Amino acid sequence: MHPKRKKIMVGVVALVIGISLAVTLALKAFQENLMYFFSPSEVIAGAAPETRNFRIGGLVVEDSVVRDRDSLLVEFVLTDTVNQVKVSYDGILPDLFREGQGIVANGRLNSQGVFVASEVLAKHDENYMPPEVAEAMEKAASNSP
Amino acid sequence: MIPELGHFAMVMALCMALIQALFPLAGVRFNRPAWMALASPAARLQCLFLVLAFAALTYAFITHDFSVAYVAQNSNSALPLPYRISAVWGAHEGSLLLWVLILSFWTIAVTYFSHNLPPVLLARIIAVMGLISIGFLLFTLATSNPFERLATPPMDGADLNPLLQDPGLIIHPPMLYMGYVGFSVAFAFAIAALLGGHLDSAWARWSRPWTVMAWVFLTSGIALGSWWAYYELGWGGWWFWDPVENASFMPWLIGTALIHSLAATEKRDVFKNWTVLLAITAFSLSLLGTFLVRSGVITSVHAFATDPARGIFILVLLGIVIGGSLLLYAMRAPGNFRSSPFSLLSRETFLLINSVILSVAMAAVLLGTLYPLVIDALGMGKLSVGAPYFNFVFVPLMVPLALVIGVGALARWRADEWQRLWHSIKYVLLASLVIGVLIAVSLSGSALFQVALGLVLAFWIIGSSFNLLYERIRLQKNRLVALLNQPRAFYGMTLAHIGFAVTIIGITLSSHFSTDLDKRMAPGDSLSLAGYRFVLDNYHSIPGPNYNATEARMRVYKGDRFVSEIRSQKRIYTVRDMPMTEAGIDAGLFRDLYISMGEPLGDGSWSMRIYHKPFVRWIWLGAIFMALGGILAASDKRYRLRIRSYATSSSGDMAEALK
Repeated sequence: MHPKRKKIMVGVVALVIGISLAVTLALKAFQENLMYFFSPSEVIAGAAPETRNFRIGGLVVEDSVVRDRDSLLVEFVLTDTVNQVKVSYDGILPDLFREGQGIVANGRLNSQGVFVASEVLAKHDENYMPPEVAEAMEKAASNSP
Repeated sequence: MIPELGHFAMVMALCMALIQALFPLAGVRFNRPAWMALASPAARLQCLFLVLAFAALTYAFITHDFSVAYVAQNSNSALPLPYRISAVWGAHEGSLLLWVLILSFWTIAVTYFSHNLPPVLLARIIAVMGLISIGFLLFTLATSNPFERLATPPMDGADLNPLLQDPGLIIHPPMLYMGYVGFSVAFAFAIAALLGGHLDSAWARWSRPWTVMAWVFLTSGIALGSWWAYYELGWGGWWFWDPVENASFMPWLIGTALIHSLAATEKRDVFKNWTVLLAITAFSLSLLGTFLVRSGVITSVHAFATDPARGIFILVLLGIVIGGSLLLYAMRAPGNFRSSPFSLLSRETFLLINSVILSVAMAAVLLGTLYPLVIDALGMGKLSVGAPYFNFVFVPLMVPLALVIGVGALARWRADEWQRLWHSIKYVLLASLVIGVLIAVSLSGSALFQVALGLVLAFWIIGSSFNLLYERIRLQKNRLVALLNQPRAFYGMTLAHIGFAVTIIGITLSSHFSTDLDKRMAPGDSLSLAGYRFVLDNYHSIPGPNYNATEARMRVYKGDRFVSEIRSQKRIYTVRDMPMTEAGIDAGLFRDLYISMGEPLGDGSWSMRIYHKPFVRWIWLGAIFMALGGILAASDKRYRLRIRSYATSSSGDMAEALK
């Protein structure tokens, strides 16, 4: 082979190997960080994964918010109007967290079936319902007898 | 009356855009110089009408004309004047008007700064920008008219979203749009060049300053957005990999690749096809960004529009622009690969690596941003991609990029030798390794390797930038004169590269050494963080123009020395009954002290969050350096000189015929 061609071939091969390595690593990280959304009804039905993080969304049940006296630990109940899941969170809740408001939380289930949230998200608009929550409520309502 | 005039001005602007797009193209086709000459006056008239429309909308906001639906939704009689003006682009309809207005600013800038170009080329460029304008004006008039009246005007308006009532948000959107829309110039030039079949280095030389300026605006816009998120959202974070942030970051990545690839195309007549493809991609991603933010498909703070009809319109628009330009590219891109030869070890190769890395990074961000949308659209469930994915992909990609920056600028065009390069870089490499590792060890954090890596790379970039400067003046007789005689473009590049390094330092140190505390605090309580003692004085009630605030006043001591008093607020905006956190920040070059109020916990105490963030300012300081570097490079005098020589040397037959 022509030496110049050879050099170019080496470059191309190195580039291809580099890119495929990067793509493989990226896709692996991508797979691991996909967070699926589940409604309280789906969580109760056991559809949610037990070993990895996922997102849950619903309305915060009125009078369900319980704060710890000394720390920032807080517990509340999320509902899609049919089923309920208890959520615990240690930290400062977002500005628009209120009872009756639709929220989304990231985290995972513990062995008692309580959802331990690492992050709680509420939308910055009082009229705004997270679309996932709206859809989950619709689905729950249509599935219940 | 005034809103109707504004609406009429928009319709007139659309008519001008039609003239601006169709006559020049027909003129080129049928060889009618008079038709082609219509391009510039039509563009200027279009701009005039858009300014009128924009002024009419602004007037409606200033005078509280709540009979206009858009004003009623986004303003209030208690809203202070500066926010009434910025409310013009505070939501969907007005920001579209701003988008086309900025497009017309760029267009007339092209008409003023490039009358030395061959008339055919200029006519085509302006016509392409006119076509884009037609698309957006049609979209605005058909689906999002900001001047729509309400049959029964409300007594008062619904107020501007309190998140947007902030000085940072007055300039963030216009900056970002200047950047997005600025890539339309590079795009229009690429399309015009493809239409004419003349892709040469003159094309690259001409579009370089425009592309760099668009990039400067985009850089500033992104940095402003990040800074705003940092102090306004109250979480102390500066980047969230939120889809809307990604939407502005993707054109930035490709834009960065584009300005580097243009350099190679101009100087060495290589990568022409690739550069054109990057120009098309950068603008397509800008459109995609507009689409992602404005169509409401994304669940995000920024996505204020939630009308699917608009989304479909933009999707069609996007399809036409991207599909059409790629089709043209496939048909017209120079097929014969007769570009200038270069060896494996040359600046061309390093610039190619830069392009590839930035494109791969963009693809990774695109995947993480669009995948949830696609899955949702196919009805396969709701999911989101966590920030760890982006960090995991991004950090390893930035390592080779930073390495290449140091060598690439030093390497010679066409061919270089390893020996020469190694001789030139070995001391810088050694010094940055030693200093970086030593500092990382002395800081003794938990993530020693990451900190050392970040610092070594940053010092490597800074060191090799100065090394390059030294190499350039080393052999001159009078080094001081040589130093002053270096072109602005060179200093611009150096400053921008150093800016990148400064940002790396900021990101590395602030993400590994930030500490924070969440605590329940009553008046008189105190706590210690990172060597500082925070004493909560008291909570005060403060009335604002359209909100009521509770203000926490905290005194900060280091040992016995008083440092500052930090005031942070929790505001309740009365019209929307919406709470907002105003973080209190004691900013410094080497550390920020950041306090945000959580919630009232009864018995007079609040949950408070306190952060110590070392070197966080460096993230934005680096962006400022990058933007200044871009300005310096774009103002290099050789662009002005070369344009003249291009106009005389180019021997396009039409150009001759039209003289």
